Amino acid sequence: MISVRMIHIWVKILALAFLLFATALSKAEVAVPLLKSHVTDLTATLSVSEVTQLEQKLTAFEKAKGSQVAVLIVPTTQPETIEQYSLRVAETWKLGRQGIDDGILLLIAKNDRTLRIEVGYGVEGALPDAMAKRIIAEIIVPRFKAGNFVAGIDAGIEAIFGLIKGESLPPPSTQHSAGNSTGTHILLDNSIPILIGLIVLGRMLQALLGRLVGAAVTSIGVGFIGWLFSSSIVAAILISVAVFFISLFQSTGSGIYRNGRGSWSDNGFRSGGFGSGSSGGGFGGGGGGFGGGGASGRW
Amino acid sequence: MRNLLLIVAILCTFSLSGCGYNTLQSTDEQIKASWAEVLNQYKRRADLVPNLVNTVKGFASQEKDVLLGVTTARSRVGGIQATPELINDAEAFSKFQNAQGELSSALSRLLVVVENYPELKSDANFRDLQAQLEGTENRITVARNRYIKAVQEYNIVVRSFPSNLTAMLFGFQTKPSFTVENEQEISTAPKVDFNASNPTAK
Repeated sequence: MISVRMIHIWVKILALAFLLFATALSKAEVAVPLLKSHVTDLTATLSVSEVTQLEQKLTAFEKAKGSQVAVLIVPTTQPETIEQYSLRVAETWKLGRQGIDDGILLLIAKNDRTLRIEVGYGVEGALPDAMAKRIIAEIIVPRFKAGNFVAGIDAGIEAIFGLIKGESLPPPSTQHSAGNSTGTHILLDNSIPILIGLIVLGRMLQALLGRLVGAAVTSIGVGFIGWLFSSSIVAAILISVAVFFISLFQSTGSGIYRNGRGSWSDNGFRSGGFGSGSSGGGFGGGGGGFGGGGASGRW
Repeated sequence: MRNLLLIVAILCTFSLSGCGYNTLQSTDEQIKASWAEVLNQYKRRADLVPNLVNTVKGFASQEKDVLLGVTTARSRVGGIQATPELINDAEAFSKFQNAQGELSSALSRLLVVVENYPELKSDANFRDLQAQLEGTENRITVARNRYIKAVQEYNIVVRSFPSNLTAMLFGFQTKPSFTVENEQEISTAPKVDFNASNPTAK
């Protein structure tokens, strides 16, 4: 009896959860489209030749200056405001080079009759909010009002180019979004091989110096490395104590030792996912950051 | 001997991967960074205010109450020492929030009043300032959201087992976030009263 009731309750709960999920889905925000090219038109406002023309312009600019400028036209951003949606797109696409943050997004919500220029951290100086507002109000909006979308976008990105050109940014590299990792990143990325190497070294030291001394030397070494990573002495001490015991017992309790090592090389140091590599050789964001700079307007 | 080994292995596992010490450290650092950004953007807004007030004064000097409201709110914000340590003190944190919220509403009141002055609205200088103010408000929103997210991540680590033990051991406590009540207070639209000259400040 009780179990049948329990099942009933569970079914009800599940149904409720599903209902909630479904309603949440139906109210969901506009999805961020995949970044495949500089120009993304989801409203079929621009003709194919117009898209190609704009695309060429933007690609040429990226080659010459390194900055990524992208155009996105969506029907609407509702229920979000254009600022919220635009930041979401910018955070997903990661326009601009990593560390330089020189990405710019021109977002147009056609049915809402709103548009926004979202400016990456690195070009906020070249394209301050007031200038973005002027480009919108004085260059793009009059053309949009006349119904000439391609001219508005074209003139708008030309104005943006003009401002960015004056800014001294690092020259574009032929292989963008690949490098940029500093010394610590290299260390972090290779932390697991380094640690395995240290364990092996510990074994050799133990063979040479005897178990206790070898383990002590290894643990001090690992502790030092751990200190470099986590920049915390307490963590380093914890690590080195653990390593001391692991390497002390690794020759006796083989089953347990593997257990121990497996767990701390998995979680103890997380090799970060640096650089959101561009997908599949085509166009992709370089890893630039955005902080909500830019301006919005209406037509 | 075997038992001892087992205990040591369990201890090792807990003390390194399970205890979340490093996660605590990195999330704590993330909070500091995002809080610095919040302060940075609030500072940026406060720096804009004198310019804005002066520009508006040139066209609408009779709106003394509104202008005074903005100036007092600005000085109140400036009077609070906005240190990074603020996030560890719930009382100071809410005081800081209230002051910023007051400045927000004073500024929005000012922008409402400005609607009555077409000359001011078309002034290039004012339009630039307004664009800057809008951009800064948007940046503040973004920075606050990122701070909220960072605090959430950190608080989850502090509260969940077994990292809460580590947090207790090393004295990590949950951090305050921007709360909904304050959001409401800040985002309420300013009331425009046509009847009497009631005090606008506060």
